Amino acid sequence: MMDSQVLDRHGLTREEYDRIVKFLGREPNLTELGIFSVMWSEHCSYKSSRVHLRTLPTEGPQVLQGPGENAGAVDIGGGLAAIFKIESHNHPSFIEPYQGAATGVGGIIRDIFTMGARPIALLNSLRFGSLDAAGTRRVLEGVVAGIAGYGNSIGIPTVGGEIVFEPCYAGNPLVNVFCLGIAPAADIIKGVASGVGNAVYYVGAKTGRDGIHGATMASAEFDENSAEKRPAVQVGDPFMEKLLLEACLEVMKSDALVGIQDMGAAGLTCSTSEMGSRGGVGVEIDVSLVPQRETGMTPYEIMLSESQERMLLVVKRGREPEVERIFDKWDLHAVRIGEVTADGMLRVKDHGTPVADIPNRALTDEAPVYHRPMSEPEYLKDVQRLDLAALPPPSRDSNAALLGLLASPTIASKRWAYRQYDHMVRTNTINLPGLGAGVVRVKGTDRALAMAVDGNGRYCYLDPRRGAMLAVAEAARNVACSGARPLAATNCLNFGNPERPAIMWQFARAVEGIGEACRALGVPITGGNVSLYNETDGQSVYPTPVIGVVGLLEHADRVVGGRFKAAGDVVMLLGEGRGELGGSEYLKLVYDQVRGVPPALDLDRERALQDLLVRLADSRLVRSADDCSDGGIAVTLAECCFDPMGIGAEISLDADEVSNNGRLDEAAALFGESASRVVVSAAAENVTRIMEQATAAGVPVRVIGQTGGNRLRIATGGRMTVDVSIEDAERAWSAAIDSYFQKKIA
Amino acid sequence: MTFAIIVFPGSNCDEDAHHAVTDVLGERAEYIWHKETDLKGADVVILPGGFAHGDYLRTGAMARFSPIMRSVRAFAESGGPVIGICNGFQILLEAGLLPGAMLRNRGLKYRCEHVYVRIEQTDTPFTGSARVGQVLRIPIGHGEGNYFAPPEMLQKIEANRQVILRYADPDGRVPGGAGVPGADDKWNPNGSVNAIAGICNERRNVFGMMPHPERACEALLGGTDGKVILESVVAAFAGTR
Repeated sequence: MMDSQVLDRHGLTREEYDRIVKFLGREPNLTELGIFSVMWSEHCSYKSSRVHLRTLPTEGPQVLQGPGENAGAVDIGGGLAAIFKIESHNHPSFIEPYQGAATGVGGIIRDIFTMGARPIALLNSLRFGSLDAAGTRRVLEGVVAGIAGYGNSIGIPTVGGEIVFEPCYAGNPLVNVFCLGIAPAADIIKGVASGVGNAVYYVGAKTGRDGIHGATMASAEFDENSAEKRPAVQVGDPFMEKLLLEACLEVMKSDALVGIQDMGAAGLTCSTSEMGSRGGVGVEIDVSLVPQRETGMTPYEIMLSESQERMLLVVKRGREPEVERIFDKWDLHAVRIGEVTADGMLRVKDHGTPVADIPNRALTDEAPVYHRPMSEPEYLKDVQRLDLAALPPPSRDSNAALLGLLASPTIASKRWAYRQYDHMVRTNTINLPGLGAGVVRVKGTDRALAMAVDGNGRYCYLDPRRGAMLAVAEAARNVACSGARPLAATNCLNFGNPERPAIMWQFARAVEGIGEACRALGVPITGGNVSLYNETDGQSVYPTPVIGVVGLLEHADRVVGGRFKAAGDVVMLLGEGRGELGGSEYLKLVYDQVRGVPPALDLDRERALQDLLVRLADSRLVRSADDCSDGGIAVTLAECCFDPMGIGAEISLDADEVSNNGRLDEAAALFGESASRVVVSAAAENVTRIMEQATAAGVPVRVIGQTGGNRLRIATGGRMTVDVSIEDAERAWSAAIDSYFQKKIA
Repeated sequence: MTFAIIVFPGSNCDEDAHHAVTDVLGERAEYIWHKETDLKGADVVILPGGFAHGDYLRTGAMARFSPIMRSVRAFAESGGPVIGICNGFQILLEAGLLPGAMLRNRGLKYRCEHVYVRIEQTDTPFTGSARVGQVLRIPIGHGEGNYFAPPEMLQKIEANRQVILRYADPDGRVPGGAGVPGADDKWNPNGSVNAIAGICNERRNVFGMMPHPERACEALLGGTDGKVILESVVAAFAGTR
């Protein structure tokens, strides 16, 4: 009988242990206990989230592969599929920022090429504490350098993403990485084992003691001892992964493979049991055959190691020599460590002696599933109350507020980060990073793919359901602004400790919101990742669902960018503002408050707006399109004026009446964050047609001004309230993040 | 004509070079794996960008030992045109086919962005279709592009007119003391001595450049200024036949 200390160390409860004994019909040995502990960890089993995730829409005519495989896949025409997924590497990135982020990139890339796809683009969604804190700058520098170090070396461009700063992430940064690849739709490869007697091959880097229990670490909260968990973070080798990527894609072309899976979380344990379980077969391996980096490793350590850059392959009988030849060309280990069996068991031997014997299904499909208790968080009622009339008059005028917002790290230019990323390798990148969706053309076709990742933790903190809906809407809207039709989505759900009913409530409400928005906008979820226990010393991050949306442009050269293109163009607003300041950047900057309810969202209107944007781009009627989000329409307009053209604009907006004393009416019109709004610019001769199309689609549309000059001038309610030079505004925006690092040196 | 594109383990701009040569220029290109020893009759050799052998020891330091490099050296010595782009430039330096060395970027960070370079010389197979003083807007993407040569070597390189490209501002003014000075030092992205972005050997048939011309060959991707480099090679070859 295992004592409770051993169970604690493995993150297993007494009930879970009893369940293990029932499955085995006996007590497990320590190796078996280790295997169960990683497979039943939150990270691998989704035991708290599964009942909720089941409610998400996952189907559509475009979906070739939904959740359950290494990544999702959608049909992009021409016999091709886009394969994509987002995944978190939050916990490792806090403990060791460079390697944590680097291996996060490596892991998601493996998920994509495992499916037979050539990875062609990366995005990332990052959350850090306040940039004023020295600790944040260290983590930010490490994470960005880690992403760059891995992605640049392996040669996959990082084409976009988002970085948000908020004190709640100080002890728990979020590092979510998205990867997209292209494969022939007919040749998508699955992580499945089949064919009794087929050889099981181990390929790639040697196994070491790094990362043992990484999955268990990612399934617990942090406290002051977390730094001691450093050995549980793996070390990345992008060069090894580049070889593995090229060799695997070469093998996949040969049709000698039955199935393949990368060894990510829970390493050899997860890949063997999942491949066996999916194929309804057993897998037998001998750990003594596994290439090892260190001497004296026990079967327990070999099975649980999370050493990076390793793959498990099932090869068709008789085709072994050709597979071995390809890996030999790339100077990689390809070692036969076992074979597929008929009995559905994961059987592990060490020099022929059995050391573990577990039904695969007990580790995968029959892992525990919990309906965790939920209750509305106590903070919610209070923070949702926002009385604008009771606030003092704003301490700064609208000019100063706009410059302040542009310089706030969440809104400011992220050039400091993205110029460290190779965003042009593979020569497909159409929209350079910095504004809106990343767009890459698909070589050999006329098409291009647009992709965006978005999330707003502040909105979700104030209302998890609506916040999650807004995240889906914004990601899809960013894709639509580029002219691409949104096809499907992937989600990365970052939350606190699910054993606390308030957190579980946030989670459930957010998943509901995602489901509703995805259904309404026609973007099914094809996969993703859940990261729970993002807490330090009992302090949880804001609930932060991050949504990645992929869209298709039928004609790459009809792509629409975010910036104004020519002086004398007409500026129009699609959608309408309602002066919503709840949860806004403005309220945070000027009043230091995170309060109110997030902006309302009418999903039918949002859908109509997105459909319209795609049509306008396809008929080449608009020259630029950029949506209104953090900081409201004033920030959007400023960004439209920036580099490379540096074209100003003269704008007139209606005033919103948001309180009886009128103190914040002007701010609400300029900086309110009402959803479903897009600023477009167009040549004068196209305005009538745009108005007609918008009206026919039921999308409110208004001419709000004209481009030209070198100043941004905005009148609200007939009074000039913003008048800044583009140069000053752009300096505030582009120098902000750099300035934090210069301060550090001074 | 046929371009040989050498593929080292860790090369990652090999396909980009292939695309530019074949799909954009309409010429032939052949990948040659680094373990091979035969250039298969190619007329030009490209050493593409990337991270050969992971650049773990020093950029380009391992790649020069690859079997194919013996053939590349022989090809260069016989007067064949060889162009190294980014990591390919670093490999040519390590192999001693070009003088000087690369240091880490002045800012110690990898930088990927469009820069401006000025054409300094046109009597090479790589710039023959350009004019002196022409400014090209081309992307860079490197962490070690800070070109360095000791003073005597630098003097010799300059005296021999081996500097083919210099970083410049959009008007062609070069930062620092060389060429046509006057530009702010911010236009030199990595701190290269004399703002050097590309050099050739004394014989002028081996050329290395840090910016990526293959990334600037199509309007869809934001510019075609890089095309003149590859077109020059094609024109020079047509001229020799």
